[in-house]
Amino acid sequence: MAETTLDHLSPKDFKSDQEVRWCPGCGDHAVLSAVQKALSELGIPKEKFAFISGIGCSSRFPYYMDTYGFHGIHGRASAIATGVKTANPELSVWQITGDGDALAIGGNHFIHVVRRNVDINIILFNNEIYGLTKGQYSPTSEKGIVTKTSPFGTVEEPFSVGELVIGAKGKFFARTIDSNVALSTRIYSEAARHKGTSVIEVLQNCVIFNEGIHDTVAGREVRDDRTVTLKHGEPMIFGKENDKGLILDGLKLRVVKLGESGYNEKNILVHDAFESNPGIQYMLANMRYPEYPVALGIIRSVPGQTYENAVEEQISEIRKTAKIKCTDDLLNSGSTWKVD
Amino acid sequence: MGKKSKVIEREEVVIRFSGDSGDGMQLTGTLFSDTAALFGNDISTFPDYPAEIRAPQGTVGGVSGFQVHLGRSEVNTPGDFADVLVAMNPAAIKANARWTKPGGTIIFDKDNFTEKNIEKAGYIKDPVTEEKLDSFNVIDAPISSMVREALKDKGLDPKTVLRTKNMFALGMVYWLFNKKLSYTEQYCDKKFGKRPELAEANKIALRAGYYYAETIEALVPIRISPAHIAKGNYRNINGNTAAAWGLIAAAEKAGLELFIGSYPITPATGILEELSARKDLGVKSFQAEDEIAGICTALGASFAGKLAVTSTSGPGLALKSEAIGLGVMAELPIVIIDVQRAGPSTGLPTKTEQSDLMQALYGRNGECPVVVIAPGTPADCFKFAFEAAKIAVEHMTPVLLLSDSYLANGTEPWKIPAMKDLPAIHPPYADINETPFLPYKRDWETLSRKWAIPGTRGLEHRIGGLEKTITGTVSYIPENHELMVKQRAGKVERIAEEIAPLAVIGPETGDLLLIGWGGAYGYLVTAVRELQAEGYNVSLANFNHINPLPKNVAEVFSSFKRILVCELNMGQFAGYLRMKHQGFRYDQLNKIQGLPFTIQEIKDKCINILEEN
Repeated sequence: MAETTLDHLSPKDFKSDQEVRWCPGCGDHAVLSAVQKALSELGIPKEKFAFISGIGCSSRFPYYMDTYGFHGIHGRASAIATGVKTANPELSVWQITGDGDALAIGGNHFIHVVRRNVDINIILFNNEIYGLTKGQYSPTSEKGIVTKTSPFGTVEEPFSVGELVIGAKGKFFARTIDSNVALSTRIYSEAARHKGTSVIEVLQNCVIFNEGIHDTVAGREVRDDRTVTLKHGEPMIFGKENDKGLILDGLKLRVVKLGESGYNEKNILVHDAFESNPGIQYMLANMRYPEYPVALGIIRSVPGQTYENAVEEQISEIRKTAKIKCTDDLLNSGSTWKVD
Repeated sequence: MGKKSKVIEREEVVIRFSGDSGDGMQLTGTLFSDTAALFGNDISTFPDYPAEIRAPQGTVGGVSGFQVHLGRSEVNTPGDFADVLVAMNPAAIKANARWTKPGGTIIFDKDNFTEKNIEKAGYIKDPVTEEKLDSFNVIDAPISSMVREALKDKGLDPKTVLRTKNMFALGMVYWLFNKKLSYTEQYCDKKFGKRPELAEANKIALRAGYYYAETIEALVPIRISPAHIAKGNYRNINGNTAAAWGLIAAAEKAGLELFIGSYPITPATGILEELSARKDLGVKSFQAEDEIAGICTALGASFAGKLAVTSTSGPGLALKSEAIGLGVMAELPIVIIDVQRAGPSTGLPTKTEQSDLMQALYGRNGECPVVVIAPGTPADCFKFAFEAAKIAVEHMTPVLLLSDSYLANGTEPWKIPAMKDLPAIHPPYADINETPFLPYKRDWETLSRKWAIPGTRGLEHRIGGLEKTITGTVSYIPENHELMVKQRAGKVERIAEEIAPLAVIGPETGDLLLIGWGGAYGYLVTAVRELQAEGYNVSLANFNHINPLPKNVAEVFSSFKRILVCELNMGQFAGYLRMKHQGFRYDQLNKIQGLPFTIQEIKDKCINILEEN
């Protein structure tokens, strides 16, 4: 293999020669830009990146990255990515997936990659709809949504990505909005540095089949008041005027107004992304508008042993004292006899 | 040991050990076959155990059996019918009497023939009369009370004492077949190293059984001389271990790390278990959350430059279908092992069948050819797993290895190969100077593409399940799709240039050619040799290469008057041959009972056809 040297990469070094075919105005374009920007700043040579995807609009992503890429089959990207990372832990492995790909057909693989803590970065484009098949409800669609396959509204409860990740023993969960490139870039960089499975939920807009689905919270006019961007070690304050905050009231989170009823900055919860007990992080990940602001940023980031390292360590430990050192040793081990 | 008054020489003998699934019959059988193999007999063994881990005690459903066939000349099957049946309880008689040769010997534990056990086995009062065993040499040994007596001063609890019953029975069989106890004694010392009192108890029971058999003189000892076997080092091996080792050998030869992504399923689990134990050789094993993840992690590992494998049985192969298609489309090397069992659906999970052939060949969407290879004997699984890996890597294609339950669990002695004698494997790495890398640029002789490993500077590229052009660009151009479909098919077809020609056992021209494939080999070759010895003009061709077929098939077939295709299914291979080689008439012998053929039913069918001529 060729020797690798660290280059000074720029986002355009990650652009492949393929024409990007997402619909004009699709949120995916912004995600692509943010990822290319984040990767160029990581100091990792380009050939060390592998992008793995399943099926869906977002899963075309690897074709647009001038890195190694494998466009898989529906729902199985977590498994393929697990294989790539376990086989070669030196690669920086990214999984690109959507709400249908990861949480419906690929739900099983998704929870298990999270449980194993394989060091891959999963960008989950959540537009709460099936776009590639032209508009059917997904596992994250709000209950009651009218779509082509739910003409009278859905009757089922949606998944919340963060809840599922934490329930599956996930150690890194972050949320961002497709159009917020600065926040997204920062999160992708942090996710890349985190050792273990990182899940980033991107509230992504499907201009054709679910236009404006996140506007209630992510719209330019309202987002400051309806989202809170969490930063480790900083109080959970939000609002256009920075006048709202979150407190723990009994066993629940509550929004309070600073300067009212005696609340000031000191009463506000300080975000601890590194706390291993997921109690507060779970509540943060599940906050829904209008009762709460929707949490953005890195909600949970807890260190832990990665799967692929545990595998390598076990192998090297066993090899230290192993009697069988090559195939010939193996074939001749145990009960054998000689015919003269 | 004791004197031998009279010894009968025999060419071959079949022994079946049977009892409750907790009676230790698998171990007893294995110890006996190891002893026979060490002595130099050729052997073939087959375990027959219930699907339930601990089926209700004393019932027919809970009977576990282990059959050993040993001989002084080549032994190719575990044998149809037993000469000696060891039955630890009445249920074992119920389950096995029909598989015992008339006039054969039945050894049973008379103490275990209680009213309750007799009833549980479905007899009214006396199994011997109800089963009409008068023509058999029935030895009703009081095994339980004998071990109690032999171990009465050892301070062991009654349960532990009774656990040595299998050793007593084994001792009896050793006397009957003129075998030494030393191998089994060494085994006891090793197995119970930390508990010498247990080693001692088992050895006492073993010797007690041996002397008991000598004393009662109810048996005339039988001697089977060592077989004439080629010089070399030997071991016993079953098909699953052989397959796992073949892959390990291939990885070493290719200079690749071995990765298995798999999900436990009977009867393939042994492959995953063996490879999981081989951390000493650096094997990375991944027990996936399901069958699909098993193959998908393997495809990921293959993309990352490893020798990738997944193992399964029929139901799991069905689940892997879409991902095999991805392997075909991405043109990545992967070995998929299907250890066939009797189906459909869950079917008879512990029983054998050859009914996944069509699934292996065609069970995918689209035009989706893979190489299909089927080993013929347990030890063959090494050779063909190695070959499967070599073809997969060198031709950048999925290869499906079709084993079966009978091969997976059966054992035979195997001459241990030396790594230096195995063929080299050359992974077709992409040239780092040839940039940009074109993922689907082909070698015009083999039509296979090059392998560019992630991490290699300058060879960044994208592959996947969508149809692509040579550059890896997604393409819906109609002519491109047709070209790519034909190139993928051509790549598999051209592997015929490298595989061994179809071999004929017996005369290359004659009245009747028996055709088999994969694991039916042992029964077919035994039947054919017996027929040949009886003067019939019969030959055998057993296929190991199913796709592509060897190039000389038509040439072989055209030298025979009749062709009989024998397989454990409804005629899948016969149908395949009718499609691939239309100019011939194919008679069929099929069996779908979860059991292998018996020699007799093959011979009867052959004689029938020959008499029609």
